[in-house]
Amino acid sequence: MELESYLQRKLKEKDILLMTHIVLGYPSFKESFQIIEKMVAAGVDIMELQIPFSEPIADGPVILRANQKALESGATIQDCLSLAQKAAETFDIPFLIMTYYNILYKYGVSEFTAKMASSSITGAIIPDLPPEEGSTYLTCMEKSNLAPIMIFSPTTTSDRMQYLADFAKGFIYCIARKGVTGEKTTFSNKLSDYLSGCHNATSLPIAVGFGIKDRQDIQFLKGKAEIAVIGSQTIRIMEQDGIKAVEDFILSLQ
Amino acid sequence: MITSRYYGQFGGAFLPEILVATFNELVTAFNEAKNDPTFWQEYENIMSSYSCRPTPLTFAQNLTSHFGGARIYIKREDLNHTGAHKANNVMGQGLLVKRMGKTRVIAETGAGQHGVATATMAAKFGFKCTVYMGEVDVKRQRPNVFWMERLGAEVIPVKDGTRILKDAINEAFRDWVTNMDDTHYVLGTACGPHPFPEMVSYFQSIIGKEARKQIMEIEGRLPQRIYACVGGGSNALGIFSGFFDDPVELIGAEAGGKGLDTGRHASRLACKDGSPGVAQGYKTYFLQNSDGQMKETHSVAAGLDYVGVSPILAHLRDKGRVRFTAATDKEVLDALTLTIKKEGLIPALESAHAFAQAFKEASKMSKDDIILINQSGRGDKDIFTIADAFADPQWQAFIKNKAKEYGA
Ligand SMILES: Cc1ncc(COP(=O)(O)O)c(C=O)c1O
Repeated sequence: MELESYLQRKLKEKDILLMTHIVLGYPSFKESFQIIEKMVAAGVDIMELQIPFSEPIADGPVILRANQKALESGATIQDCLSLAQKAAETFDIPFLIMTYYNILYKYGVSEFTAKMASSSITGAIIPDLPPEEGSTYLTCMEKSNLAPIMIFSPTTTSDRMQYLADFAKGFIYCIARKGVTGEKTTFSNKLSDYLSGCHNATSLPIAVGFGIKDRQDIQFLKGKAEIAVIGSQTIRIMEQDGIKAVEDFILSLQ
Repeated sequence: MITSRYYGQFGGAFLPEILVATFNELVTAFNEAKNDPTFWQEYENIMSSYSCRPTPLTFAQNLTSHFGGARIYIKREDLNHTGAHKANNVMGQGLLVKRMGKTRVIAETGAGQHGVATATMAAKFGFKCTVYMGEVDVKRQRPNVFWMERLGAEVIPVKDGTRILKDAINEAFRDWVTNMDDTHYVLGTACGPHPFPEMVSYFQSIIGKEARKQIMEIEGRLPQRIYACVGGGSNALGIFSGFFDDPVELIGAEAGGKGLDTGRHASRLACKDGSPGVAQGYKTYFLQNSDGQMKETHSVAAGLDYVGVSPILAHLRDKGRVRFTAATDKEVLDALTLTIKKEGLIPALESAHAFAQAFKEASKMSKDDIILINQSGRGDKDIFTIADAFADPQWQAFIKNKAKEYGA
């Protein structure tokens, strides 16, 4: 699936798209698949499937623990890739792999990208791999026609945004604030200014993540971003109220 | 652009985007300091007035006679303020923090030595200080936690992951990505993304500079071998770097734990369990499974209990410039006992790994040979662990009494 044209097409139907995130193998692979099913049924436009890693330095407590629990229950890369493939072949939305670079490095970067491509995965987000360190990865992604998602942060200078945008495909992931995933974000004028700065650096759609938790946050983002990313909040809801509640939550956002 | 530096295939700066600007600032500040001739002078001044530099080089007469081989010298990093080489790195980074105008420091700590050193530096320079420490280490190194808190630092026990040093590093990074505007992360060893491996080795190079001068003054010739323990690699690089251009064999002693064939150790370079990987922002040998998930490590010495190792040492191993070995917990306790009895010196459990390796080799060397052992720290902090290892009955009675006094 060609990511950017898919997003542009969807954006003609909706004023903001929804991207959700799950940790594969948490609480189990069976439940991971059920959550994906519910999310797709509830109208999610794109999904980020995180392959758990033992040292997830960019993740906050909720996702960090989900990573750990998945690994403790024995999740392997093979299991994760199989589930990702099953999801991508079953559902008609794009799926991205999110993980840390060591997972690709140990698997073999070109083997990993080839595997993603043959599994109908659309792209990847690797938060600890800046383009300066990622030339092998970028070449392999290009070869396999996959979208390497680039990340902007509030500390990224406009020069650097331009530099990153040159490597980007699909969309740009804009981190809403300093800090790790799952903490509170203040939806303010400052955030709007930052997002307009992000738009200036790229013609691609932008996704905003970190701390989005309800309909109000998403309303705020309309007109300022093309994709809202929900990460930790669905994990919290699943932990408190079960998988069914996740579907209700996603429905309530739109 | 990120400036990163490689040592052979190791090193790099695998940074989340949010930290790129912070690292650029740090690289610039470090380069400016390094090129400013007054900076090293300022550093030496503070190390001689606040710590105990130059630290002595002690001839171990009794150990030398005991083994009947090489002449054994001990570089006394235990005589630094706070009792370990960690002071060197911390004071150096503290001076940089002042140059950068930041007001808060954070640190990870395993044994607690780096945490205590950071806390003293923060107290002296007037910085706020938070130290992350794995919950397991908090339990085994209580005296150091006590001192950090007295020194005004906030100690946060890390309850995630394996709850030891690597997990404390992750937590420190999580703090940094939130608070980088006023905060510097004082990484405690020669690991992590560029410039940390280079910067920490630069400050620790004071050990090797002194040691080379001292041995030339005392003996008028170079040693045959130098031994240092290797956790992240900072004390080893510190002493080794003084001799890189000399025909001197350099030996790094890693934590052999319960034995290299048990899987319960922290030996990344001396045995084939380690393999190249990328984590915590840099590329090196890690103890990881075939999926790339980090493994649990074990050592009697909290400061050596780490999954990664300096990328500089990884390269020096591959080049064959440094030989790596491992000493088991048991060998370490024996070496410690012998050193205490023969020389009246109390090495830290970490440092005792270097002693253990040197003791395996000293008697096979000629009486004309000279060896240097880096005593990276003093063992007082390990009193609980060492007392346990020896099952010291008087100590146990004392603790029981103490507990009664506290109403336990
Ligand atoms: C006394 C002592 N020696 C050695 C180490 C290991 O660190 P490195 O390998 O960086 O010298 C530590 C770490 O805590 C320590 O406290």
